[in-house]
Amino acid sequence: MTTDLLKLRVLPVATVALAVLAVWYVGALWLNAPQAIEGLNRAGQPWGSLDLVNAAFAMKRPVLPTPGQVWADFSASVINYPVTHIRSLVYHAGVTAGSALTGFAMGVTLGALLALGIVHNRTLDASLMPWVIASQTIPILAVAPMIVVILGNLGFTGLLPKAVISMYLCFFPVTVGMVKGLRSVDPLALDLMRTYNASPLQVFWRLRLPASLPYLFTSLKVAVTISLVGAIVGELPTGGQAGLGSRLLSGSYYGQTIQIWSALFMASLLSLVLIAAVTLAERLLVHGNGGRR
Amino acid sequence: MLRPSVLLPLAALVMPFGMTASDKVIFAFRDPVSLAGLLAVLGAAIFVRLSPERPAVEAGVSLLAAVLAAAAPLHLLGKGITLGAHAPGLWVMLAGAALALCRALGILSAGSWTGRKAVVAGLFGAALIYAWEAGVRGFAVPSILLPAPSAIFAVLGPQADLLWADFQQTVLKAVLRGYLMGCLAGFVVAVIADRVPFLARGLLPFGNLISAIPIVGIAPIMVMWFGFDWPSKAAVVVVVTFFPMLVNTLSGLAASDRLQMDLMRSYAAGYWRTLVTLRLPNALPFLFNALKINSTLALIGAIVAEFFGTPVVGMGFRISTEVSRMNLDIVWATILVAAVTGSVIYGVLTLAERTLTAWHPSARGRD
Repeated sequence: MTTDLLKLRVLPVATVALAVLAVWYVGALWLNAPQAIEGLNRAGQPWGSLDLVNAAFAMKRPVLPTPGQVWADFSASVINYPVTHIRSLVYHAGVTAGSALTGFAMGVTLGALLALGIVHNRTLDASLMPWVIASQTIPILAVAPMIVVILGNLGFTGLLPKAVISMYLCFFPVTVGMVKGLRSVDPLALDLMRTYNASPLQVFWRLRLPASLPYLFTSLKVAVTISLVGAIVGELPTGGQAGLGSRLLSGSYYGQTIQIWSALFMASLLSLVLIAAVTLAERLLVHGNGGRR
Repeated sequence: MLRPSVLLPLAALVMPFGMTASDKVIFAFRDPVSLAGLLAVLGAAIFVRLSPERPAVEAGVSLLAAVLAAAAPLHLLGKGITLGAHAPGLWVMLAGAALALCRALGILSAGSWTGRKAVVAGLFGAALIYAWEAGVRGFAVPSILLPAPSAIFAVLGPQADLLWADFQQTVLKAVLRGYLMGCLAGFVVAVIADRVPFLARGLLPFGNLISAIPIVGIAPIMVMWFGFDWPSKAAVVVVVTFFPMLVNTLSGLAASDRLQMDLMRSYAAGYWRTLVTLRLPNALPFLFNALKINSTLALIGAIVAEFFGTPVVGMGFRISTEVSRMNLDIVWATILVAAVTGSVIYGVLTLAERTLTAWHPSARGRD
């Protein structure tokens, strides 16, 4: 059993991870070498290939920082500063997570309401559903900065504009997943409820809603990721105040590659934490109540 | 017994329709167009009430009433009358229009003829655009906040050259090339990984990991590497589209069941023959799923990447500069172009999927 796990899981993943790291270091050497050679020539001293490698891996503004540099910057910004400090990545992650989660909550509410309407009303099903799908062909991420600016003109600043963008992205998977889930009820179970003389409300609370939960949670995992993306993109135009998006933008403006990479790393970490939280909630709510996988 | 559809136009007749700039209260019967609209709605409502006709006739009459009831307020709004608390008649009339539309949509969607879904959805969309237009005009929303649909359509013609240049730069150069490269690379790597299970087991967790992280964050890095022109945007699109294609192709290749594989073996079909004649056709629904997901991701990726630096052309560039110059009608026209592009790509893919996978169980159940 354990050897199987080692052979089928750990070994392939570790190999690919090592390959990625190797490619990364080679790439860093290759991409940074021209700049490093220039620097070494400017120093005026004779240099060997080892000097070149050292220089390429320890540049201040590398084209591609090494994983070690990214990790050093990341841990420095997490450890050296208190979490409320403007230079702490945890602080920025907190700002982003705040607007992402607000938007997530709004999006889930909106999406669930739309799904209820679509499932229970044939007119809404025919008229609303196509527009729910069409709404996603508008590249909202692309106009997110504009929405932030417009809402800012209207007097809504700070968390809300970003949350609105997250909401717009979130509601779609929730609606689609929930419509599918609410309709996934076994006809036999519906017949059983009818023999019990259950009211429509009882059918909804005791049968349809529990049956839709697995679909809902699959959608929620997608939704929580894109709510984070929405919040990050929404932070781009606020001009480097706070949040992971503004770290990305200021890093891009000032050529601080290491800062971009560590912000990206933090964003990935945050996303994984949020997905883990949704998965935990799913365990408790669905599997804890004897739901099907 | 008077139904709301009769009551509302009657009420609208006697209520003030608005106020002109000189504080003069306007009533519907003073304006020939609104009066004609109201009378038509009233007539239609009474006609439907008195003679219970076939549903098709009732739907048609309700629809006509809705259009007329909606046209009159628009005509008045064009004359500089605003919506608000001083114009209850206008509100009542709009409510009547909404009611008539709901009735028509309800009858239409209850039918069983083909194409009813498209008609209902189209009417609903038209109502949404009407509400937008009436809202923007009625409340005199400044165009720097939200331009009216008519203003957006009006800018399409004069600015066609500009929009076409942006479309070429972003869609034809960056999105299309990146999309093709990314999808092809994902597909090829998936086929290789399927042949070498070791690779598949190593790559899949990374595919899932990448799909969880906000990948648009690589845009500034790509702009730094590949410069300001389209190659950096295409690179973002390649990265964004690669993993969805990889993951979907892998699960698609696993979709052929054991019995079919055994049959191919009994035919003495080799690996390639099995791949081309059995496994790839079976994987098609998954491939199309990935192509559809990627079409939206690609457009978004390219436009977002343009925020981090572009030459002075491109849809993302246009949006960000025209927002700061307060030309929101051009911004919305660009959004419209993007939305239409996305819908067309999606539609073409759906059509191709219907044609190519018509035999598949997942396609057979559709109406």
